[in-house]
Amino acid sequence: MKRTTHTARRGVTVGLAIASIAMLTACGTSSGGGSDGGEAATELGEMEGQVALLAWPGYVEDGSNDPAVDWVTPFEEDTGCEVTTKTFGTSDEALNLMKTGDYDVVSASGDASLRLVAAGDVAPVNTDLIPNYENIYPFLKDQSWNSVDGVPYGVPHGYGANLLMYNTEVFPTAPTSWDVVFDKSGEYAGKVTAYDSPIYIADAAVYLMAHNPELGIENPYALDEEQLAAAVDLLKQQRPNIGEYWSDYLKEIQAFTTGDTVVGTSWQVIENVLEGEGVTTDVVLPEEGTTGWSDTWMIASESKNPNCAYAWLDYIASPEANAAATSYFGEAPSSDEACEYREDCEAYHAGDADYASQIWYWSTPIEECLDGRTDVKCTDYAAWTQAWQEIKG
Amino acid sequence: MTHATVPRPRETPARRVSVFLSTHPRARLGLLLSAPLFWLGIVYIVALVLLLVTAFWSVDSFTGEITTEFTLDNIIEVVTGSLYQTVTLRTLGVALAVTLIDVALALPIAFFMAKVATPRMQRILLIAVLTPLWASYLVKAYAWRSVLSQDGILEWLLAPFGGSTPGYGLPATIITLSYLWLPYVILPIYAGLERVPDSLLEASSDLGGRTWPTLRLVVFPLVLPAIIAGTIFSFALSLGDYITVNIVGGANQMLGNLVYTNVGAANNLPLASAIALIPIVIIFGYLFLVRRTGALDNL
Repeated sequence: MKRTTHTARRGVTVGLAIASIAMLTACGTSSGGGSDGGEAATELGEMEGQVALLAWPGYVEDGSNDPAVDWVTPFEEDTGCEVTTKTFGTSDEALNLMKTGDYDVVSASGDASLRLVAAGDVAPVNTDLIPNYENIYPFLKDQSWNSVDGVPYGVPHGYGANLLMYNTEVFPTAPTSWDVVFDKSGEYAGKVTAYDSPIYIADAAVYLMAHNPELGIENPYALDEEQLAAAVDLLKQQRPNIGEYWSDYLKEIQAFTTGDTVVGTSWQVIENVLEGEGVTTDVVLPEEGTTGWSDTWMIASESKNPNCAYAWLDYIASPEANAAATSYFGEAPSSDEACEYREDCEAYHAGDADYASQIWYWSTPIEECLDGRTDVKCTDYAAWTQAWQEIKG
Repeated sequence: MTHATVPRPRETPARRVSVFLSTHPRARLGLLLSAPLFWLGIVYIVALVLLLVTAFWSVDSFTGEITTEFTLDNIIEVVTGSLYQTVTLRTLGVALAVTLIDVALALPIAFFMAKVATPRMQRILLIAVLTPLWASYLVKAYAWRSVLSQDGILEWLLAPFGGSTPGYGLPATIITLSYLWLPYVILPIYAGLERVPDSLLEASSDLGGRTWPTLRLVVFPLVLPAIIAGTIFSFALSLGDYITVNIVGGANQMLGNLVYTNVGAANNLPLASAIALIPIVIIFGYLFLVRRTGALDNL
């Protein structure tokens, strides 16, 4: 008796397993993924009454986190488009969520935007339909992370730089070079930090651009195999001196507060928090330049609510809304007009084109070299991810 | 004398169903078990099969779509790649260290609870052991982060004796994981010791057995399955952990982190599945080794 139930159950298990494999194989073949994002809209119609946004945390606040922080309600009242929001923690999560087709609009960083375009998940944007586009800083428009062949795929939102943060007690004079976290990191062994993402390889590339010109790096996101290997070597030398890598900015705040970390890459918003707490830290933009982010609002190629989506792109580029959103997140806004609604624009060097020109904004590394070289193949993001795991070991 | 006749029950649909079920025990059993078995099937078996199947697929690096063509690349990569070997060894080392520390700590505590303490004390100790389980895992890990920090309480305690905190790194990970999993090791050992009759200890002592021979020859063989049951918990939980090492592990990564970055950052689910197979294989190997000791009956 016992034996029969046993075999019967096993039969069920095997049956289930076979059925699920069959199901999986059936589903698996349906997903394709073209590279045609469709055409940009030429005119706007009636509002659909709702719009689904996919955004970085802090980009779309409707007062549910903090009643005082709300720039969604005015939009809903003006346009009649009811906003639903989903937030994501990494660019890759955003990429996966956009594939579901459930979202009309996404706020994409440069390390996601090109991949969205390549996968055909986002459509070109007709900026003539977005009145507020005009006021946006020219140095943010038509960039490699938001446009392809001169066709804009979205509206710039805000930007910031990855800065060198240091403890002023350990560094009485401000360091002027990234060498304190690379060639000289041994002096601060165990107390150096770095950003925990494959995209940090670009930081090493920026350093190599200045110190090893013979490598011929023109763009830190366009590395051929040899250049990537050089950057990886640099990061492997840095690795033993790293106390910890950070991706959660609260963790970095704590590490600088306790003194577990004394030098490393950081954001302006982190310095603002630390300054507020009276911690002896400061940030500097080193002479080699740096990496940074510049985020873009993009519209899904299969958006069911394109009119509300355009309305959102225009609204979030408007001075007041853009000021509220970028100020809440801690980054520079996209226009001078927005600065009229903010008092801290100077701290973020908003509109300072010289400052902005020293920033290499996050871009997705792809096989086709971003610096225009055609004689070699560049390393893509998958290769960077693998390299990053090997660096961490 | 008249007997009130029991009226024949009305033929409602419910009654018909109940008659059917009472005469068909197999159908009854089937209905009773189908819901839990469905759950078991979907949650455990299908999820595992899915994991297994995904490991043999690959990802188109340009569009990020999963290609459902059979390939052994991921498995080969995971088995031969030096990164995965290093990280597997590190994870194994951490799991073994955590298990040893936990058993060393849990044995005396469990023995005291089961054999020495008064019933009242026993209950208090049991609650004390269980209390940390009520607090969130994250809170406890972050608490250790501040304890182990450069200006944390450990540094302050050790500084007068010339010591210092280990700082963030593998030792910190081992300390934190040992703390987190200790209750899971104490409880089965305590339960195992409770089942050792006091009369055996008395008999051993009557026959001239001193403390150590009694422990070694009488108690230990009896509680060995319970100890192994405890190690299964601490070993398996440590093997899959990636949050603690992220919080106090400094720049180190364990197998869980590799899975996490491959799912999250790299969007490479097939490779993540292949990596996830490593701890599964290790745990199956461990369970296979210990199954004869009867430890699995103590879980």
